[in-house]
Amino acid sequence: MNVTAVLQNVIASALIYSAPLILTALGGTFSERSGIVNVGLEGIMVMGAFSSVVFNLAMADTFGSLTPWIGMLVGGAIGFVFSFFHAVATVHWRADHIISGTVINLMAPALAVFLTNIIYGARQTDFIKARFGFFTFPVLSDIPFIGPILFTNTSLPAFVGIGIAILCWFLLFKTKFGLRLRSVGEHPQAADTLGINVYLMKYAGVLLSGFLGGMGGAIQAQAIASNFSASTIAGQGFISMAAMIFGKWNPLGAMGAAIFFGFAQSLAVTGNYIPVIQDIPSVWLQVAPYIITILALVFVIGKSRGPAANGKTYIKSK
Amino acid sequence: MKKRNLRSLIALGFASTFVLAACGGEDAEETVDTTDTSETTEDTTEESSANGEFSVVMVTDIGGVDDKSFNQSAWEGMEAWGEEHGLEEGSDGYTYIQSDDDSQFVTNLNTALQSDFDLIYGIGYKLQPAMADVATQNPDQHFVIIDEVIEEDNVASVLFKDHEAAFLAGVAAAETTQTDYVGFVGGQESAVIDRFEAGFVAGVEAVNEDITVDVQYAGSFGDAATGKQIAAGMFSNGADIIYHASGDTGNGVFSEAIDRMNAGSDNDLWVIGVDRDQSEEGNYSDGNLTLTSTIKGVGQAVQDLANQSMEGNFPGGEISNFGLADDGVDLVQGNLSDEAWASVEEYRQQIIDGEIEVPEAPQ
Repeated sequence: MNVTAVLQNVIASALIYSAPLILTALGGTFSERSGIVNVGLEGIMVMGAFSSVVFNLAMADTFGSLTPWIGMLVGGAIGFVFSFFHAVATVHWRADHIISGTVINLMAPALAVFLTNIIYGARQTDFIKARFGFFTFPVLSDIPFIGPILFTNTSLPAFVGIGIAILCWFLLFKTKFGLRLRSVGEHPQAADTLGINVYLMKYAGVLLSGFLGGMGGAIQAQAIASNFSASTIAGQGFISMAAMIFGKWNPLGAMGAAIFFGFAQSLAVTGNYIPVIQDIPSVWLQVAPYIITILALVFVIGKSRGPAANGKTYIKSK
Repeated sequence: MKKRNLRSLIALGFASTFVLAACGGEDAEETVDTTDTSETTEDTTEESSANGEFSVVMVTDIGGVDDKSFNQSAWEGMEAWGEEHGLEEGSDGYTYIQSDDDSQFVTNLNTALQSDFDLIYGIGYKLQPAMADVATQNPDQHFVIIDEVIEEDNVASVLFKDHEAAFLAGVAAAETTQTDYVGFVGGQESAVIDRFEAGFVAGVEAVNEDITVDVQYAGSFGDAATGKQIAAGMFSNGADIIYHASGDTGNGVFSEAIDRMNAGSDNDLWVIGVDRDQSEEGNYSDGNLTLTSTIKGVGQAVQDLANQSMEGNFPGGEISNFGLADDGVDLVQGNLSDEAWASVEEYRQQIIDGEIEVPEAPQ
């Protein structure tokens, strides 16, 4: 392989791997910024993946190549609905956030596989026909050197994810809504005295995380796994949480961390074809993503602090 | 308070990420923990159930009897056997117990014990530790373990000569490749997957020693994302055929090949399926890229063992090997050209006749 091909492969692989993580990590950011810990992201991704595949299988003939994109929104909508349980449990019923999230993680795969069994009579669905596939940017791909590496046969959902991350950053740090959401996560009492509807903001944070997490799951299913089974989402939700913490609860940071994870993973796999790196025993390459992640987390986490009131139940009358 | 919450969150995130990302089947400790059979051992009966009918049960590997693979094939074999002998599905005839998790193996085996079945099958090598424990504690009960060996007088072990089918897949790949470069993607390194790898490599070399075989392991049977990345690396590096023996990880291999073909690949890319005919997975916009699939006749083995046992010839303590010769494993024609298929047929005959000895472990 020549240099361009190697780089193209490493970057495209990294982006394809990262796309679901980016959206889910952004979702986690909204939830935690509003003060609700959402360990249920994994379960929300499962529901998003499941519903998008069901939609894709049913509607591929009607919507053609648009199907995976609409499927992504369907996944988001179902994630939105599913996260509602978490919101009600944690905001109104004052449940422990970790426990409520764990319940979602336990419930979602079981429910999704059960429904798959009812709908398709098997524990996994058929392969979908309309997929995300590769995307080559017109015009941009003609730029010498950069074009073939960054913009040829790559993952469009990842670029959409990057766009959404920028949008989220703007929403969180440059708008009234964002300021209110953050203030609720930092000091709900103070926010309440200023007339902000604390519960509403918390609901907004959790539901947004459900929407984005569901979209993340839908991308995982429709770009990578191609069908839905119990193993379609295998830890991506937790990796996204790590990306969110690693990215210091900032949408751009979370996005960067997600891409970093994808890149480490991609390098580990593709390293076998890159001179110098290919001389390293493959065991080291396989554990590299985890070692890099641990090192990065250990050194960055010292300075990383979440919202002050994160994980605490806010009781209005007190 | 704040600090504690943050810490527990991080700890949880950490633990879960790595446990799940590693996504291993290394739950051996867990299974040992649950080995509390003190109550159930007493219920074990002597031979045959109450009504005198012969009854069998299978405990599945993770995944149900409709997994389009291993468990399904075993179940179909059992259904065919039951029909042949006029038995009903249920605890007096034949039935199955589904496992969703490694930790359920011991529990499920004990459930099977309590219902007084004459023969208990464990479908898949993952049940080996659990069944070995249960079998030692219940020496009067007959067991069959598929894909593994348990050296007990009351357990019959069934192995498949996966390497023979993989050899034919290697022949098919070598006869079809345009780039003289083919890939093999394995799930986790284990004795079973070793057979696939060794057979495939030997098959390719038998046809043409100059063809490069790129062997990679994903470290999991359920990680499509890594499977897709490995396939991307292989295809980018010039491979045009990949044989996968990696369960759901292989979905990623199919995804990558389909994406590349849809995007207009220079080469014709192919994937070789495993354990069942995976032609359905290979559909893309302009055709089908599943070259062929190696299949495993678990059902045949299940029937044979049930019949032997029913006639009173239970092969306890023995290892039965099912290969090409007894329809235990095979290769389907799929999209193979007639020349490639002719070559496959030739090698198949040579293996059956014993002229070619296929290695079981990578050289």
